[in-house]
Amino acid sequence: MSIWRYANPAEFMRITDPLVAPLWGAAAVLLAVGLWWSVALTPDDYQQGSTVKILFIHVPAAMLAINTYAVMAVASGVGLIRRHHVSFLVAKAAAPVGAAFTAIALITGAVWGQPMWGTWWVWDARLTAVLIMFFFYLGYMALWAAVEEPEKAADLSAVLCLVGVVFAFLSRYAVNFWATLHQGASLSVAEGQRVDDAFRTPLYLMIVAFYLFFVAILLVRARTEIRARRARSLRLQEARA
Amino acid sequence: MVRSPFAALVRRDTRLALRLGGGGAVGIAFFVLAVVLIPLGVGRETATLARIAGGVLWVAALLAALLSLDRLFQADYEDGSLDQLMLAPMPLEQVVLAKTIAHWLTTGLPMTLIAPVLGAMLQLPDTALPALVLAMAAGTPALSFIGAIGAAITVGVRRGGLLLSILVLPLYIPTLVFGARVVEHALLGLSTAGVMGLLGGLTLFAAALSPFASALALRINAR
Amino acid sequence: MELVLENLACRRAGRIVFRGLDFRLAAGEAASLRGPNGVGKSTLLRVLAGLIPAAEGDARLGGISLARSRGAFQERVAYAGHLDAVKPALGVAENLAIWAGLHAADPSRVGAALERFGIAHIAGHPAAQCSAGQKRRLGLARLMVMDRPLWLLDEPTVSLDAAASALVAELVREHCAGGGMALIATHIDLGLGGGPVLGMAPFAEAAETGGADPFLEGAW
Repeated sequence: MSIWRYANPAEFMRITDPLVAPLWGAAAVLLAVGLWWSVALTPDDYQQGSTVKILFIHVPAAMLAINTYAVMAVASGVGLIRRHHVSFLVAKAAAPVGAAFTAIALITGAVWGQPMWGTWWVWDARLTAVLIMFFFYLGYMALWAAVEEPEKAADLSAVLCLVGVVFAFLSRYAVNFWATLHQGASLSVAEGQRVDDAFRTPLYLMIVAFYLFFVAILLVRARTEIRARRARSLRLQEARA
Repeated sequence: MVRSPFAALVRRDTRLALRLGGGGAVGIAFFVLAVVLIPLGVGRETATLARIAGGVLWVAALLAALLSLDRLFQADYEDGSLDQLMLAPMPLEQVVLAKTIAHWLTTGLPMTLIAPVLGAMLQLPDTALPALVLAMAAGTPALSFIGAIGAAITVGVRRGGLLLSILVLPLYIPTLVFGARVVEHALLGLSTAGVMGLLGGLTLFAAALSPFASALALRINAR
Repeated sequence: MELVLENLACRRAGRIVFRGLDFRLAAGEAASLRGPNGVGKSTLLRVLAGLIPAAEGDARLGGISLARSRGAFQERVAYAGHLDAVKPALGVAENLAIWAGLHAADPSRVGAALERFGIAHIAGHPAAQCSAGQKRRLGLARLMVMDRPLWLLDEPTVSLDAAASALVAELVREHCAGGGMALIATHIDLGLGGGPVLGMAPFAEAAETGGADPFLEGAW
């Protein structure tokens, strides 16, 4: 029995059904504990004050903003090569989630940056790269919405996603390169290398919680997409009969 | 004159673009007009204009290339020519390559030729103009190649022009960054060789990827 | 050379258009493709032109498999569909000359083809001025500048008058006399007389949806 049988829609629905509730539960518990720990139990930063606590949201969101696209690329590649319909729908289901995390990363970045830099937006290499990422998600979702026939939409958006992942890397490199001449403020503190020990555990907790939440919502959304496709197929079948 | 199917296709598309309604000349007019609007918007100080000239020319070039992209495959898709081209005695990847080259010949090449005039109007010093022309020559093919992928993906979408721009503009970011940077380096008297290498490399990469990705998308759309 | 369809099936937009199609067409034969509207005649022709992938089965043309070497198969096929692939911005002769160039055909064949189709007198006119019938004839004239053994014609006589339809039949006969083959979807009798008929019947889908749409499989 190969693992590809899970890509059969009915099989996928049957197997993922018992996973949804535990995943939500675990994500909720970890998120609650992580938030409480990171907000109530960590000290204020001696420079940044309580603003630093935004990073407990910002860092995991920024990580997922990038990694969701990787998930989509893998799912698209599997879909194109193995011709599995569920795989395309997983990629489709992930896109709005990734876009939302990207938006959260941008907004929390702005909120964190305002008191630091005295401005809501700086053309920092990392922020700019995340902003560009947002447009990649937008294009991917727009393509799904624009192509009427779902099988074509699936294949075409998979091609776009794979081309996109190559250009997302190139853009990241280009933006780094671009930022070397137009030196702006650096966000290097933000991404956790110089995080104090007191912040480390709750930050890791939040990252795990965000990932669990991501898996849970991805599963629910993928299941919804599969149901929508089945509903569409049933309607078409009825219309033909 | 070379008599190969490939050359015949390049000639055909070039001719179609140059005919009335083909859009080739309109794209160039757009390029010029977009650049002319800039001083009217940002003011006529020499230093400011020279400083932004490279970026302005590249952004205008991206938009002008984009304008003619939606007809790259769509016209042939709508009138059945694409079906016939798929049966032509060459792989679809070569068909895409020929059409993309024709697109560059009618957009990127004339933009490259007219760029020094516009650069001078934007107060770029004469010393920076050769770098500008070289950068356009090395970088504008990437615009056609990358754009072809987007055009192939959206070929079946009615009024797909807007969608096409949403898909393609983010993919243009590396070209824009490196292209504008060459001009900037020339302006500051720095060496342009390194950036030019990156820009050329990007174009080669796009040229290698685009025929396969575009042909794949066209085949999906033909079903 | 021989065209053989073996258990050919096509699936489109989650439904089976046809399945289990077997057919054999020998060199020198012109077959008519018959069946009610919507039965998948156009789809079959597009499958054989390599434009739509077959879901099952295969087609072989002189031993070349469509499934395994689509490119080589396609280079033996000429297809004339609903669309004429005529560029209004170009002249009539110019339109045809382009395809002659793409198929590396002798340029002199352009004039001969236009002559044959009775549009030589408008050779220099822009194709935008052509009537629907003239456009169709210009589209069909392409067959004469492509040396392809198998012609796939989808309702070639649409918007053609009786004389032009007879001309199409004559061309098909000549093509077959030279060892060519043709598969023609048509609702009128072209008067080709006695060729094989590939009849397509509506696919009984309710009984056999298996494999058509994975989203209809299984109960949940």
